[in-house]
Amino acid sequence: MNSRERILGRVRRALADVPPGEDAAVERDYLREHGERTVEETVDLLAENLADYRAVVHRTDAEELPYLIMRLLAQRGPRYVLVPPGLPPEWMSAADPTRVHDRAVSTPRELDEVESVVTGCAVAVAETGTLVLDGSPDQGRRRISLIPDHHICVVRVPDQVVASVPQALERLDPTRPLTWISGPSATSDIELDRVEGVHGPRTLEVVLVR
Amino acid sequence: MSGTFVGMPAFPAAAREAVRDTTLRGNLRHATHTIRAKRARAVAELEDWERLRQAGMRIKDRTLRHLDRYLVQLEESVTAAGGTVHWATDADEANRIVTELVKATGESEVVKVKSMATQEIGLNEALEAEGIAAYETDLAELIVQLGKDRPSHILVPAIHRNRGEIREIFTREMGEWGRPAPEGLTDTPADLAEAARLHLREKFLRAKVGISGANFMVAETGTLVVVESEGNGRMCLTLPETLISVVGIEKTVPTWQDLEVFLQTLPRSSTAERMNPYTSMWTGTTDGDGPRAFHLVLLDNGRTDTLADEVGRQALRCIRCSACLNVCPVYERAGGHAYGSVYPGPIGAILSPQLRGIGSEIDASLPYASSLCGACYEVCPVAIDIPEVLVRLRERVVEGGEAVREGNKVLLRPAKGHAAERAAMRAARWALTRPGALRTGQRLASRTRRLHPRTLPGPGRAWSGTRDLPPVPAEPFRDWWQRTRGGKGDAS
Ligand code: SF4
Repeated sequence: MNSRERILGRVRRALADVPPGEDAAVERDYLREHGERTVEETVDLLAENLADYRAVVHRTDAEELPYLIMRLLAQRGPRYVLVPPGLPPEWMSAADPTRVHDRAVSTPRELDEVESVVTGCAVAVAETGTLVLDGSPDQGRRRISLIPDHHICVVRVPDQVVASVPQALERLDPTRPLTWISGPSATSDIELDRVEGVHGPRTLEVVLVR
Repeated sequence: MSGTFVGMPAFPAAAREAVRDTTLRGNLRHATHTIRAKRARAVAELEDWERLRQAGMRIKDRTLRHLDRYLVQLEESVTAAGGTVHWATDADEANRIVTELVKATGESEVVKVKSMATQEIGLNEALEAEGIAAYETDLAELIVQLGKDRPSHILVPAIHRNRGEIREIFTREMGEWGRPAPEGLTDTPADLAEAARLHLREKFLRAKVGISGANFMVAETGTLVVVESEGNGRMCLTLPETLISVVGIEKTVPTWQDLEVFLQTLPRSSTAERMNPYTSMWTGTTDGDGPRAFHLVLLDNGRTDTLADEVGRQALRCIRCSACLNVCPVYERAGGHAYGSVYPGPIGAILSPQLRGIGSEIDASLPYASSLCGACYEVCPVAIDIPEVLVRLRERVVEGGEAVREGNKVLLRPAKGHAAERAAMRAARWALTRPGALRTGQRLASRTRRLHPRTLPGPGRAWSGTRDLPPVPAEPFRDWWQRTRGGKGDAS
């Protein structure tokens, strides 16, 4: 008997008390969303919760977006900025730094030379202040939003905003690699003092664009 | 690394050491009280908390009651998504599987994201014995590993170390393992975190093999979920070419939708945040993103034995949030090491004796490492009735009875060392049902109080072994009442 059979056999013997054919559905009487909000208010809540977790929040419209991105990059002065292959080109149309793409052959060490990254996002969750990336062409591979120290993430509001975690899961495709980001990387391991940025980006800037 | 717990003294002995350590107690009190208060606020934000808690309990119960079906489904989903599933009945088998997988890559070092399952099986030591270096990358785990120490808390494993001690460990040890600590390292948390960032980045960027655990595995989709804060998890899960995840079979949930419950209750219960900074979800392998090979090792190691006990089975619902540790008066004083297992606190007191059996002195003593105050049950996001299981296990220790070990039914005999415990219980019952005797005893105690030892002799030793005896008052309360209110009230 191999280990698989052995473990499954043990499980079955251990569950001798469970009636055969039992199939009680799980009652889900919890809320799909906490509180009543207009679309506007949901976006405001997102901004508030993002800021509460020390992400820097900016608001703009489609026309101003390229200039805002330009200014945000200029403040940090990186020589290179990492962009995913499907990022709308107009977003970067005013930016100065040289754009680099994450290619299959780029090693993590090469990406470590790049200071900033600009991505889109799949869904943003207002109640928790969370951005979810799903690897779509405007977001790129998981590693690009991880290695650079400065991440600018653009969220289209209100389309990409949901109120709650249950609503976010409904929208996401589990077959894609997913990264949920709530504020910059942080640790509280040293006497519970919160320190930002251990391994992930130390600065997270979120642009809410209308 | 002295990560092994073999030969640990029983809880009372280990706890007696710990309560004398004032630094440890100070660090622990600060930590548990801070997290406790924050958690209460985070939970209060959700008006449907109690319903989420009930749903979490029901989902986990449903999973456990049909675990065979969900495990088979999980295996199918992971395989269909490009992963390879391995089954391990015990620690040795799991360690063997992982070692062989690492060797097959030709690598001699791996990066690890904090995983209680791999600590439970002693994976780091097993790899080391085969010439493979395993680097822990969670900041607290790094502190523990460099300090040649053992973790003391589920969530903040190095909570027993203060910043001065951490600075000393980094300065002394980092150079031995890779990039040394920067010159003139201070003890501010930001500086210490920066030193860890630099030290570990070097390892992340060259790592070819990553090893993880998982918080959840979704049977329906084959998705694995890791919840973390620092980004070391993301590094280990996405940069290496090969990813090996070692996960206890009880971490399964049936559907994708079930995650909506736990992603709300876990962060709030554990770090008291609305959401932890990073959550990674992956399903098998994805072309061009992340590891090219993914191996899932499903670990039994006593879980099916635990499942066989209809009362004790609920311990497998645990999502390792650590909320029960932070409210436990016994944990707060004794610290995590006294539990002699990777699972400390109230959950450790019910999980370890079930996973490992109650054959050893430490495991037989764990069900007594509690005051049965019930605070752990109140905070548990999956409503595990820890006191109920503790009482069940005490009964097993004292009375013996049926249990399952390694899949076989065994008949436990009453533990010898606990004859004293039974005697103590009888003595207490005798005194409490005879007020006159109790009063006389108290008066006698007052008059002789200068002669009292710090621990109780005879059957009382088990009790006083983990507590310092309170000083006996100069006058028993009843006498004081008689004297000051004598004649006015009825104070007999
Ligand atoms: S027993 Fe409950 S409270 Fe304790 S760690 Fe597990 S889930 Fe959390």
